[in-house]
Amino acid sequence: MAAPVKQNKLIRWIDHRLPVFTLMEHELNEYPTPKNLNYWWNFGSLAGIMLVIMIFTGVFLAMAYTPQKDLAFDSVERIMREVNYGWLMRYIHMNGASFFFIVTYIHIFRGLYYGSYKTPRELLWMLGVVILLLMMATAFMGYVLPWGQMSYWGATVITNLFSAVPVVGNAIVTWLWGGFVVDNPTLNRFFALHYLLPFVIVGVVMLHLAALHQHGSNNPLGIDRKGPQDSIPFHPYYTIKDLFGLGVFLLFYAAFVFFWPNLLGDPANYIPANPLQTPPEIVPEWYFLPFYAILRSVPNKLLGVVMMFGSIFILFLLPWLDTSRVRSATFRPIYKWFFFVLIVDCVALGIVGAHRPEGIWVVIGRIATAYYYFHFLLMMPFVGWFERPRPLPTSISSAVLKGGGRLAGAGATMEKP
Amino acid sequence: MRKLVLAVAGAAALGLGAAWAQEASQPLPDEHWSFDGIFGTYDRAELQRGFQVYTQVCAACHALEHLLYADLGGPNGLGYSEAEVKAIAAQAQVTDGPNDQGEMFQRPGRPSDPFARPFANDKAARAANNGALPPDLSLIVKAREGGPQYVYGVLTGYREPPPGVKMGQGMNYNLQFPGHQIAMPQPLRDDSVTYADGTKATLQQEAHDVVAFLTWASEPTMEPRKRTGVKVFLFLLVATVCAYVVKRRIWASVH
Repeated sequence: MAAPVKQNKLIRWIDHRLPVFTLMEHELNEYPTPKNLNYWWNFGSLAGIMLVIMIFTGVFLAMAYTPQKDLAFDSVERIMREVNYGWLMRYIHMNGASFFFIVTYIHIFRGLYYGSYKTPRELLWMLGVVILLLMMATAFMGYVLPWGQMSYWGATVITNLFSAVPVVGNAIVTWLWGGFVVDNPTLNRFFALHYLLPFVIVGVVMLHLAALHQHGSNNPLGIDRKGPQDSIPFHPYYTIKDLFGLGVFLLFYAAFVFFWPNLLGDPANYIPANPLQTPPEIVPEWYFLPFYAILRSVPNKLLGVVMMFGSIFILFLLPWLDTSRVRSATFRPIYKWFFFVLIVDCVALGIVGAHRPEGIWVVIGRIATAYYYFHFLLMMPFVGWFERPRPLPTSISSAVLKGGGRLAGAGATMEKP
Repeated sequence: MRKLVLAVAGAAALGLGAAWAQEASQPLPDEHWSFDGIFGTYDRAELQRGFQVYTQVCAACHALEHLLYADLGGPNGLGYSEAEVKAIAAQAQVTDGPNDQGEMFQRPGRPSDPFARPFANDKAARAANNGALPPDLSLIVKAREGGPQYVYGVLTGYREPPPGVKMGQGMNYNLQFPGHQIAMPQPLRDDSVTYADGTKATLQQEAHDVVAFLTWASEPTMEPRKRTGVKVFLFLLVATVCAYVVKRRIWASVH
């Protein structure tokens, strides 16, 4: 297909030597996409946009921030008070972390529900898990930078986890800290890495997209496209749909940035770091609470650390733990319910993580942790074997033409014109 | 299957709810503020009264590290004119230097100076306060769970200790403060200050005014933030509706 952009002489000259325009034409414009994607498919592009927003605001914040332990807290307050629109940059960045995790978690659960990790998209999924891990590392180190009480004590608690490693644990912690306590060297290296890792994420996102475009998006029916009648070009159909989704998302995001900027944060982080005074409760940001709950639910420190990290690493194995050949949970009557229980389980873990591990919270935390592992290690293989999936539609078009609100799940009814 | 799952989920939800309800802390006061809500603004007269309470009472022990005198003027300030800000700053003595002879010297404050601190350093502050450190107040409202309600609760929460409660040495009983024992003696009472604008200085009035002032101090950019927010929100609303209409039109040809 002859692209209209090629008519310009200069563009032809460049494209002949460096085919960027051809690439853009293929991957952004005519890129064939299933016609039945619902609004849950918006969250991938939203995550990409959040990454750009975070890098953009982060670069401007770095211009006014001082990574030195006696000046870091004050430099953040200077950004808030004296730098022009510094408050805006900081609140966008600070709340942006939360919203980045919200869209990423939704993106992941969408993949879980519609089986987007199954063949031939295993590597696409695994690259996504790598991005999640990088995001977590970046967010954790970013939270340390304001050098408030939660920054300091959060950094102390989380880096101390590595001391659980047998034999070399304490040496690792000293190495991470650059000293024998969390101190200026720790802050310096966290700043350097917090600036570096987002660009590593950009690189892995490129690979994630390359893997995505190899076979194209999965879809709510989870069946392969049978021919051109099942596809539509990415532009204008999904560019406009993503744009509309972006607008809705930004309404929520802006509400927090401008009207409730500190609702998701911990007030204790507006107290400067004090190594001599432990705060009554050391709580991570909300997006880490489920993992924190797993950590604290296990009585053994090393095992707790292993199970906390394991809860993410287990996702790497998901394509092989799930034995069902049917991708979409729409056609999997039993798995579908387990999926919703998993969501409840993760929310429960999040709530447990926000409370002291006492009384009933310990019990709930342990049950929820056990259930999390049960879901992936036992339920997924076994349900895949025993479950009788409902009949799949013959093609995307036939399901769409039948007006299959029932077949295509909740999304199809949303997008019916 | 479905019933079982729903039952389990329901039980889990009940369990969580019950566990949550167990953790009750001291309820916060229900004071209304001019800066509440998305259209809320600071009341300049209230801020100026609060500033008077801070200067005449709190400033004896508590610093406002992150504020400059210049912050009192300007569009996000307390409504003082440039001349008034200069006069307020000039009341403070500031150590400057070294001069050409290599000596530090005292001079009257200028608007570009940070607020004068009551103590030279934390050790001096502790020494003067029975070992307790009066915290900096420039972020106190943002740094406490409950924000303005909590600070108001502490300022109005002083009571005689109930019989049977053993108080620590030099500690005071406070309803709001976690653990009810606070080192700070009751700072505000009726008529602790005489307001320049003639407002009757009850304890509640003083506490309300100074909390409003401290809320401003912890975030002087709140007004431009909310103003910008309303504009951004309206813009996004219109843009999103437009995008939706265009989306419907483009997608009308599919299926």
